[in-house]
Amino acid sequence: MSGTGSMTENVLLETPDVAVIGGGPSGLTAARELAAGGLDVLVLDRERQAGGIPRHSDHTGYGVRDLHRVMTGPAYARLLVERALEAGARVRTSAMVTGWSGERALDVTTPEGRVRVDARAVVLATGARERPRTARLVPGDRPPGVMNTGQLQNLVHLHHREVGTRAVIVGAELVSWSAALTLREAGCRTVLMTTEQPHAESYAAFSVPGRAVLRVPVATRTRVVRIIGHHAVEAVEVEDLATGTRRTVPCDTVIFTGDWIPDHELARAAGLDMDPGSKGPLVDNALRTSRPGVFAVGNLIHPVDTADIAALDGRHVARHVRDYLAGALPYGPGIPLRAEAPFTWVSPGLIRPGAGTPPRERILLWSAEPRLVARVEVTQDGRRIARRTLPWPVSPGRVFRVPSSMLSGADPHGGPITIALA
Amino acid sequence: MNARQMRYGPLPVERVDVAVIGGGVVGAAVARALAGHELSVALVEARCDVGDGTSKANTAILHTGFDATPGTLESRLVRRGCELLAEYAGATGIPVERTGAVLVAWTDEELAALPGLAAKAVKNGYERCEIIGAEEVYRQVPALAPGALGGLTVPDESIICPWTTTLAFATEALSRGAYVLLNTRVEGVESGGDGDTVLRTGRGTLRAGWVVNAAGLGSDVIDGLFGHRRFTVTPRRGELFVFDKQARPMVNRIVLPVPSSRGKGVLVSPTIYGNVMLGPTAEDRDDRTDTSTSEHGFDFLLEKGRKLMPALLDEEVTASYAGLRAATEHGDYQVHLDAGQRYLVLGGIRSTGLTSAMALAEHTLGLLGDAGLRLDAKATLPDPPRMPNIGEAFPRPYQRADLIAEDPAYGTAVCFCERVTEGEIRDALASPIPPADVDGLRRRTRALMGRCQGFFCGAEVEKRLRAGESQ
Ligand SMILES: Cc1cc2nc3c(=O)[nH]c(=O)nc-3n(C[C@H](O)[C@H](O)[C@H](O)COP(=O)(O)OP(=O)(O)OC[C@H]3O[C@@H](n4cnc5c(N)ncnc54)[C@H](O)[C@@H]3O)c2cc1C
Ligand SMILES: Cc1cc2nc3c(=O)[nH]c(=O)nc-3n(C[C@H](O)[C@H](O)[C@H](O)COP(=O)(O)OP(=O)(O)OC[C@H]3O[C@@H](n4cnc5c(N)ncnc54)[C@H](O)[C@@H]3O)c2cc1C
Repeated sequence: MSGTGSMTENVLLETPDVAVIGGGPSGLTAARELAAGGLDVLVLDRERQAGGIPRHSDHTGYGVRDLHRVMTGPAYARLLVERALEAGARVRTSAMVTGWSGERALDVTTPEGRVRVDARAVVLATGARERPRTARLVPGDRPPGVMNTGQLQNLVHLHHREVGTRAVIVGAELVSWSAALTLREAGCRTVLMTTEQPHAESYAAFSVPGRAVLRVPVATRTRVVRIIGHHAVEAVEVEDLATGTRRTVPCDTVIFTGDWIPDHELARAAGLDMDPGSKGPLVDNALRTSRPGVFAVGNLIHPVDTADIAALDGRHVARHVRDYLAGALPYGPGIPLRAEAPFTWVSPGLIRPGAGTPPRERILLWSAEPRLVARVEVTQDGRRIARRTLPWPVSPGRVFRVPSSMLSGADPHGGPITIALA
Repeated sequence: MNARQMRYGPLPVERVDVAVIGGGVVGAAVARALAGHELSVALVEARCDVGDGTSKANTAILHTGFDATPGTLESRLVRRGCELLAEYAGATGIPVERTGAVLVAWTDEELAALPGLAAKAVKNGYERCEIIGAEEVYRQVPALAPGALGGLTVPDESIICPWTTTLAFATEALSRGAYVLLNTRVEGVESGGDGDTVLRTGRGTLRAGWVVNAAGLGSDVIDGLFGHRRFTVTPRRGELFVFDKQARPMVNRIVLPVPSSRGKGVLVSPTIYGNVMLGPTAEDRDDRTDTSTSEHGFDFLLEKGRKLMPALLDEEVTASYAGLRAATEHGDYQVHLDAGQRYLVLGGIRSTGLTSAMALAEHTLGLLGDAGLRLDAKATLPDPPRMPNIGEAFPRPYQRADLIAEDPAYGTAVCFCERVTEGEIRDALASPIPPADVDGLRRRTRALMGRCQGFFCGAEVEKRLRAGESQ
């Protein structure tokens, strides 16, 4: 059954085959794949326009691995929406999922009314956000002018607002350079980028223009310890982690970048098993959560990777959703996948033998520290099952990828598998 | 009087029968009570909004007064204020939730203090405290750290929305005909002859037959302008953490420490908005305007939190803030009437003023009436305002199919984390005392006070505020 809703006690009812929560790259791509296979797919997004983060990320660097082209965020967002619609998915915006009313049933607030969406399968694609200043426990005054990249880019690109004239950017990873670009466009100079890391990380697409054109001074091994200014930001206090000395850096804008956390509210409300590392729902190689018929994709399960990777999760999950709807076999037991420090999370967190390879045949990890040479070791029950030096470094602030073939020697009936750096 | 006149331009009135200095919860309650009589009343507030001082930054508990010092004015007024406010909240829709509290003893000494506290509660007129064993403590608060020895329950301690409370009082004062003068700092006081007082303000002079000083942290300064030196306010900073809503199931009642001489100590409490609060600290300061948070305050709270409820620290901190208690060298409220000057001070309302505000207002009527102010109740009064529900105890607009069916704006979420709709923001901007800035909008709707702190909706909310201002 599909389409137009019916009404009971003021609440509208929708009964799609698949409900996709979140119309970002991962959700839209999943919707397109599923709808192209003939299913009735309903995408729900709380924003007035679907597209997710790329909508306001107005620079190039999108679409590389999923669409094999390079485009700007807004163009990419529009294209993904078009492709989902073309395939027959329904995309409903200003539709905020506020909770669950059943195993695979959702409560949704829309201008047309409260809606109950009773789906046969649900794909969670709610993305991730940057931790704000408060969650990072930075004390001091609380003036306006302190924000995340998300708010900055909304202000500048969607609302064409001005920001200040002198900014300090907290963080020096991929998204931090994106913030620097936005600030430059808004006529605001970045007077300092601070990072606790020994090196500034940067995004391949930015590294040349980034360092050279933006000419942003980066203070490595430092942290912002206080914000100063009653009615507007006047300065931040920056501590040198090595010496403990502190200095005051005058500025009128502070952008807190990176330090991602999944938007996991609905996953937790459902009581899904959660991954303590990523703080997203625990998924297996088929991107299934602990509740049958509920799947999770995108930055919700790996905070945070690039949009194309999120989109390819969507492509990957479609086959497993279809299998589930076709009445595929119930879950077998899974093998927990763990990562040792300096890794802080690994995705997927569960390997289920027989469920196929994970998306792109890659295991994703996040590291708190850099390593120039990545000698990766995989063990299970005290036994080494693989060891390889990978040709790319480990960098904090960007996902580290390990080929899933390194797990092929695992005992399907064995204990947890651990990935570590030797 | 319109919203512009409230904040800008020359004062819209030359003389009033009573001027109340300070638009915190106390001043607003007093103005509301006075305005129920045949009197002209002005509420005179230095800041651009009511409730923008200590009244916005506290732990938001409606106290029973079980632990007050028996026999003090504070004890009496907290008890009475608690009753009055609980009733008023029901009539106006101020969000309030009777969660109850449990006081937890962690040492033998604290355990031994519980019977004394129970007896003290009775002296304060509160008879429903009960001593419970450790097992019952853990049944009531399973997430508590190990090591609790016993506890004392206070079933009537409640949580309340401090922002809506002050706003309701001020809104009703306004609807009863009082002048609400914001952005109006009292800078000097002169005798106007004929017994009147002339208040010199940043927006010109205001003549008043009587003056009530409810200036909170500034109450001693105003008292000084009247020539008195009865008390000195020492701002005592209290820093607080607000944890993510995900923590709320861990804490379904207020968890209090056994009080010490330094005040009420650090508590863990649910908030009316569905979060969990940890704090406050207590630290004497000099600067009455410095509400910054500090590294040592944060460290102290984290250490306390780890001891009280370690699981709480696994959740994200959504907000942190600091409030300044108007502490004085005295143990009780500083309420002094000077009939000759036709002047009353309500000072030193340190850590219970949210609860006692309505009782302080009632007490004020009594004192002024005895001193000769004519108090004729108005024959008819407008209905009390119906305040928007920004608490979690009752359905919010986004959950109400009936409201959304009538007006789609209540079905359009703008602030996602707090689920604030377009309709609520529109209503706040069109309300009798509209917000002056983003913070004011936050206090009226909860917009922007959630876990993303503006990542998603900050720009959108600001746009709506600007659009509202330019109308
Ligand atoms: C500043 C910045 C710059 C970036 N630059 C690049 C780049 O150059 N190239 C690149 O490839 N990647 C880039 N990225 C990363 C990229 O944007 C993300 O990887 C991608 O958007 C993730 O897609 P997603 O579908 O997982 O989540 P999102 O894009 O975050 O989408 C999640 C969607 O879910 C919706 N949603 C959440 N909760 C609910 C709910 N309860 N009800 C309804 N809807 C809900 C949200 O409204 C949102 O639309 C950048 C990210 C940032 C922040
Ligand atoms: C950390 C903390 C926790 C607390 N917890 C609780 C609690 O749980 N329950 C409870 O009942 N109470 C609590 N309190 C106490 C309560 O918040 C206060 O007692 C109450 O807010 C005092 O209200 P007020 O109107 O006297 O002061 P304020 O709210 O400070 O109002 C005074 C107003 O006067 C204005 N003003 C000052 N000088 C002038 C001038 N010259 N001209 C014009 N205006 C002026 C100020 O701008 C201010 O708005 C707590 C306090 C703190 C700090």
